[in-house]
Amino acid sequence: MVKEHDNLDSHGEQTLSLRLRVWRQSRGTTGHFEDHALAAVPTSASFLEMMDMLNEQLIKEGKDTFAFDHDCREGICGMCSMTINGMPHGPLPGVTTCQLHMRNFRDGEMITVEPWRAKAFPVIKDLAVNRSAFDKVIQAGGFITVRTGSATEANNTLIPKPVADEAMDAAECIGCGACVASCKNGSAMLFVGAKINHLNILPQGQPERERRTLAMVKTMDDAGFGNCTNYGECQAHCPKSITLDVIAKLNRDYLRARVKEFFSSTGKPRKGGD
Amino acid sequence: MKLDSKIPAGPVADKWSNHKAKMRLVNPANRRKYHVIVVGSGLAGSAAAASFAEMGYEVSCFCYQDSPRRAHSIAAQGGINAAKNYQNDGDSVRRLFLDTIKGGDYRAREANVYRLAQVSTSIIDQCVAQGVPFAREYGGLLANRSFGGAQVSRTFYARGQTGQQLLLGAYSALSRQIGAGTVKMYTRHEMLDLVLVGGQAKGIVTRDLVTGEIKAWASDVVVLCTGGYGNVFYLSTNAQGCNVTATYRAHRRGAGFANPCYTQIHPTCIPVHGEDQSKLTLMSESLRNDGRVWVPKDKADCTKPASEIPEERRDYFLERKYPSYGNLAPRDIASRAAKEVCDEGRGVGQMVDGKRLGVYLDFSAAIKRLGEPAIRERYGNLFDMYENITGENAYRQPMRIFPAVHYTMGGLWVDYNLQSNIPGLFVGGEANFSDHGANRLGASALMQGLADGYFVLPYTVTDYLAGVGLTGRPSVDAPEFKAVVKEVQDRTQWFLNNKGNRSARSYHKALGKIVWEKCGMARDKAGLEGAIRDLQALRADFWKNILVVGSGDQLAPELERAGRVADFLDFGIMMCLDALHRDESCGGHFRTEYQDAGEAQRNDDKYAHVAVWAWQGDGQLPVRHTEPLVYEDVQFTTRSYK
Repeated sequence: MVKEHDNLDSHGEQTLSLRLRVWRQSRGTTGHFEDHALAAVPTSASFLEMMDMLNEQLIKEGKDTFAFDHDCREGICGMCSMTINGMPHGPLPGVTTCQLHMRNFRDGEMITVEPWRAKAFPVIKDLAVNRSAFDKVIQAGGFITVRTGSATEANNTLIPKPVADEAMDAAECIGCGACVASCKNGSAMLFVGAKINHLNILPQGQPERERRTLAMVKTMDDAGFGNCTNYGECQAHCPKSITLDVIAKLNRDYLRARVKEFFSSTGKPRKGGD
Repeated sequence: MKLDSKIPAGPVADKWSNHKAKMRLVNPANRRKYHVIVVGSGLAGSAAAASFAEMGYEVSCFCYQDSPRRAHSIAAQGGINAAKNYQNDGDSVRRLFLDTIKGGDYRAREANVYRLAQVSTSIIDQCVAQGVPFAREYGGLLANRSFGGAQVSRTFYARGQTGQQLLLGAYSALSRQIGAGTVKMYTRHEMLDLVLVGGQAKGIVTRDLVTGEIKAWASDVVVLCTGGYGNVFYLSTNAQGCNVTATYRAHRRGAGFANPCYTQIHPTCIPVHGEDQSKLTLMSESLRNDGRVWVPKDKADCTKPASEIPEERRDYFLERKYPSYGNLAPRDIASRAAKEVCDEGRGVGQMVDGKRLGVYLDFSAAIKRLGEPAIRERYGNLFDMYENITGENAYRQPMRIFPAVHYTMGGLWVDYNLQSNIPGLFVGGEANFSDHGANRLGASALMQGLADGYFVLPYTVTDYLAGVGLTGRPSVDAPEFKAVVKEVQDRTQWFLNNKGNRSARSYHKALGKIVWEKCGMARDKAGLEGAIRDLQALRADFWKNILVVGSGDQLAPELERAGRVADFLDFGIMMCLDALHRDESCGGHFRTEYQDAGEAQRNDDKYAHVAVWAWQGDGQLPVRHTEPLVYEDVQFTTRSYK
């Protein structure tokens, strides 16, 4: 954090003048950077509020705004997705773009803003990308099959506190995709590992453990995500501080599922009705 | 407007089971022939869509976000209530029912609330089976905490992210059905109108936010789970995209809008820091357990750092006014008291719009008593969040807080079956009005969303479909659909063509300021009348000078915003009108004329009813109808906090 703000706004608050280099891309085009100057940005503003200011300035000039994804603006919905100065969600560890504030930038600084860059996340417009590949992975097996109304009494399932806590650590993933955007391979293994770890360690998740793991990994591969080669960038940029061990556990569960599949095979083609 | 609440006969405890036994069913082989549209993918929408699909219906689900997992239910922090009585502390279905009725200041519908309390226990079972990682005790059983002033510990929680975990549970159930092909999910689709054929809801019109395509969808029934209207205030704890358009468009097609003036304002949020702020962030109410709320006694001290104001020059106004409850006074009381001292000019923090809107929440006494590590253990994550947003260290200086809008109890009018007055239009979750009366208790919103989605709508919608039969679904080529599609296209094109000079956001800010000032924490006749005039002028200006940049065939955030703000403007007028015509104070609706030294003064003789507004035409004021609230089981009493 640098304290060299000389500008003050009408509330006596420090403000910044910024140079912004922002990605502009329409459907069917290759895209390019556009440079804009933005003055009087309060240091208390969030990064997205700074983007709102830029967009209001563009509207005054009669120009199209920059489209970007955002919703809750409190770090939980996982919708915001900007690569700021080359870092998904910007320079602060453990926060989303919406929770990044302008006091973390310097007056006169040039800030580069790009969308998530990954093969599996095509750009829709400007800074907004299509992350439906994540939904497809969950649809393949990121659930426990339980029909509404068929659940048993909740306290019939005893879950040791450490197990529940570990499941919760993994379940905190917000599905933003920063792990993919930060990975040189465009790998989604932190995201998939988090969901596998959440469900596969709980007693409720055991009946579908192998099937879930194989289906999610296959869908992940089919969607065009790369593989993990232990760069660790995903862990460094995850706004929820999900750690690499979920990938190790994913690999373990995948191996276990493949081995079980091999030995349970009868050699006959599988019949329907699973 | 015909308002038949369809409350089943019999004792309140038996109504739901008797009613379920009488409801009609649809043969499993016929269910796939019915098409159910669900709009919204929050707790109510995801739960309903997944449940309908499991039953065998053909389901289409729509949301404006890029994934159903983003819905704003995800941001709920505290927990979910259920009458499990795991703590053996005297809880029961009846007690949860009574607490909810009383918390709603006797303005909720008794039979609906009883059913909510009844199904609350099944919700926990369902969520645990889905793998929701609720907090546990060392023995492996579920943990509970007390919340929202209840005398029992009935709140289930998953750290400070209960809403997230419950939504991800419902999202996983929905995802399973999408994967199985039984739910067609349409993300980045916004519902822009409802289509009626022969007086029944038979479909919707949406805009694909990515391609701009405006399209009609026909169905046998439409279920709206599109959330609340808190963003009419511009600044709220709601997500940026939360809007009233789906429910307001349904209102324009004839659906009654109930109690729009019932809004809940949460006392502990981070104050507004500047003109460019877009969002207010909630800090858990639990902070008031150890923090003391104060402002300087003297206006002159308001600009000084807190550390330079000696003890005797501080006004601990909650402790002074409500000695028995102190800093733990209920939400509405604490919020109003903070507003009062700031209106007197004794607020602290940054000057915004000529006022300092903030009060101190001071932990220094607790830190002295318990030590900093103990406070860090209890509230560390909240102190970190506060520092991240404000850049201030709350261990060294007091936090600054101010109330903010975060929930709306009003919504589309529904009967006991959650069906609006338009046949075939069902409404669930925050979008309906039914269960919270004039004030919602903490940890009850998640309970209601999931109750509606998992355990009420699947029964009542089935009953409706069985009655309609299989001949009901029209084609999207029917003239009714074509007419609505044309209207939506024309409106969209009008926005793009009207080269005005003012952005939708600036209108939204102006709207928010008016309703926050005049229809926020405290309201009065003159203020509301003035607000309605100001809003009408703002509305007229909007339809002249709105400027929408972008094109209609791509992602166009300004176009989306303009449509939502247009509906918020009309809605804001209705909200003020509702507040003006409710000549009493109850729950979140506080009319300064009706108080007993700061306490809300209800008027049960005249206002023990639901106010339901009927649309009269563009630019016309809506007309008020009423549904009397008949209490067969509980007695009216006065809430007191002294």
